[in-house]
Amino acid sequence: MNLVDKQVVQNKMNKRIISNRIMRQLFFLASVFGIVVLAVLLYRIFSEGLPYLDLSFLTSFASRFPEEAGIKAAIAGSIWLMAVTAPISLILGVGTAIYLEEYAQENKFTRFIRMNISNLAGVPSVVFGLLGLTVFVRLMEMGRSVIAGGLTMSLLILPIIVVSSQEAIRSIPKNQYEASFAMGATKWQTIRRVVLPAAIPGILTGGILALSRAIGETAPLLMIGALSFIAYLPENIWSGFTVLPIQIFNWTGRPQEEFHLVASAGIIVLLVILLLMNSVAILIRNKFSKRY
Amino acid sequence: MAVNVKEMMNEKKSNQHLLRILEKVAPVFFLLCAIISVLTTIGIILTLLVETITFFNRVSFVEFITGTEWWPFGENASYGILPLISGTLLITVIAMIVAIPIGLASAIYLSEFAPPKVRKVVKPVLEVLAGIPTIVYGFFALTFVTPMLQIAIDDLPIFNALSPGIVVGIMIIPMIASLSEDAMSSVPNSIREGALAMGSTRLEVALKVIVPAALSGIIASFVLGVSRAIGETMIVSVAAGSTPKLTTDVTESIQTMTGYIVQVTLGDASYGSTTYYSIYAVGMTLFVFTLIMNLLSQYISRRFKEDY
Repeated sequence: MNLVDKQVVQNKMNKRIISNRIMRQLFFLASVFGIVVLAVLLYRIFSEGLPYLDLSFLTSFASRFPEEAGIKAAIAGSIWLMAVTAPISLILGVGTAIYLEEYAQENKFTRFIRMNISNLAGVPSVVFGLLGLTVFVRLMEMGRSVIAGGLTMSLLILPIIVVSSQEAIRSIPKNQYEASFAMGATKWQTIRRVVLPAAIPGILTGGILALSRAIGETAPLLMIGALSFIAYLPENIWSGFTVLPIQIFNWTGRPQEEFHLVASAGIIVLLVILLLMNSVAILIRNKFSKRY
Repeated sequence: MAVNVKEMMNEKKSNQHLLRILEKVAPVFFLLCAIISVLTTIGIILTLLVETITFFNRVSFVEFITGTEWWPFGENASYGILPLISGTLLITVIAMIVAIPIGLASAIYLSEFAPPKVRKVVKPVLEVLAGIPTIVYGFFALTFVTPMLQIAIDDLPIFNALSPGIVVGIMIIPMIASLSEDAMSSVPNSIREGALAMGSTRLEVALKVIVPAALSGIIASFVLGVSRAIGETMIVSVAAGSTPKLTTDVTESIQTMTGYIVQVTLGDASYGSTTYYSIYAVGMTLFVFTLIMNLLSQYISRRFKEDY
């Protein structure tokens, strides 16, 4: 019977240890890849866009001449769109979450709603665009308006808000409910005075993240016909409008090199808005989230 | 102090009456909210179905699914969706070649190797990458990745499949990394420690123990990634061009299903024309593709889930 050959074992060990080291470095490089891409992307955009970014860029309308082009209408349009999308999607999303977490019984219908929501989250945004174009723009005759865009966007981000609100509600411990019921409160009173106040930081954090997805979304609004050349500000929810990403898309699609620089400036504005929204979300999460 | 007890009792009673109504109305209202999401799905399916049927009244179904030419404009229009599907798949394959190795490797690193300090930097960066709007990635593909590729590959046209494919891959990396990492982190530590105690290296633990144990979650994340790549719109609209072509040559300009839908809605195809209805048929195909992928991903993660 052969005894274990120490030399063979030693050789194998070395091989295993070396391959461990090499792969570790490769895995590390793969995780750093994201940081490198982000750095290159930000560097490119800021170095190209910053020279174009000044007060007149923020306060002028789109123009045929790159040096005169601005994003006033796009910023106003994005704000209008958020003003429509935020309340609708939050009310519907939180309502759905409350229903699923507090009222729904565990039956086929409830399971169907759950499955439906998780599948809606995976539907491509162009398909929501087709829905908005057909139902809101044509069937309900809203035209290519802020309200049609806002409703489309609300449906698009609804699944995200539902899921994050559900998580916020689920994280409230059962003894909070029991204490409230023991005081004689009804179900609705408990939801209004105990559940919602405790869940609101989580709901807001999820809501803001969902809205920041909506503010960067381009395809559905292109489809319902948000225009890129608008020399006026939306006056009400029936007005035509444009938004930041569409303006950027328009500038990107032009052959002249200067417009690409203008697009960079537009992207900076968009990224700064996203950064602000995300910071607010993180702030709310850190400041108000309670641990039971 | 004169307190009118009767008044107080009446007030209390009317309050209770209101409360009782609210108690009844609240669940109905919340149920209606929940039903909106179901209505959305029904709306999507009905919209696609009705307009697609109109389309198939004009164009034969067989031509649509077997035709190798997509030229929906003018007199000699032909509606064979294969070029759009091949364009979509080409982008998806390139994207997955980029996203799967890098995403999985980052997940393994984050879950099995990374010191807490590195995790603290890498995870937020991945989250930021995931939050960047796709139009920004599209801009990046057209104005940075394409010129870089043009240096490496001679005669690469400005619109090609390679550049948006790579960028779609980059866009998907955070999703695959974070979902796979979740799957690997949920493998209990006792298994990890058992393998280490047997004398395995970290690499062997990761590849031979943790990855197989978390495989259902990892595969599910790949499938979701495929679904995202198929549905991605802005990157391909900006950087892939608009020439539907049945090809596997990544240096050629192609068009995806999503790219076509955007092109038509931008170009004001007159309402009621066959071109107009064609976007619904393409949208239906796209919807079916992504739905199958999403259901598959859910099935994999449920069916093959290992409980510890």
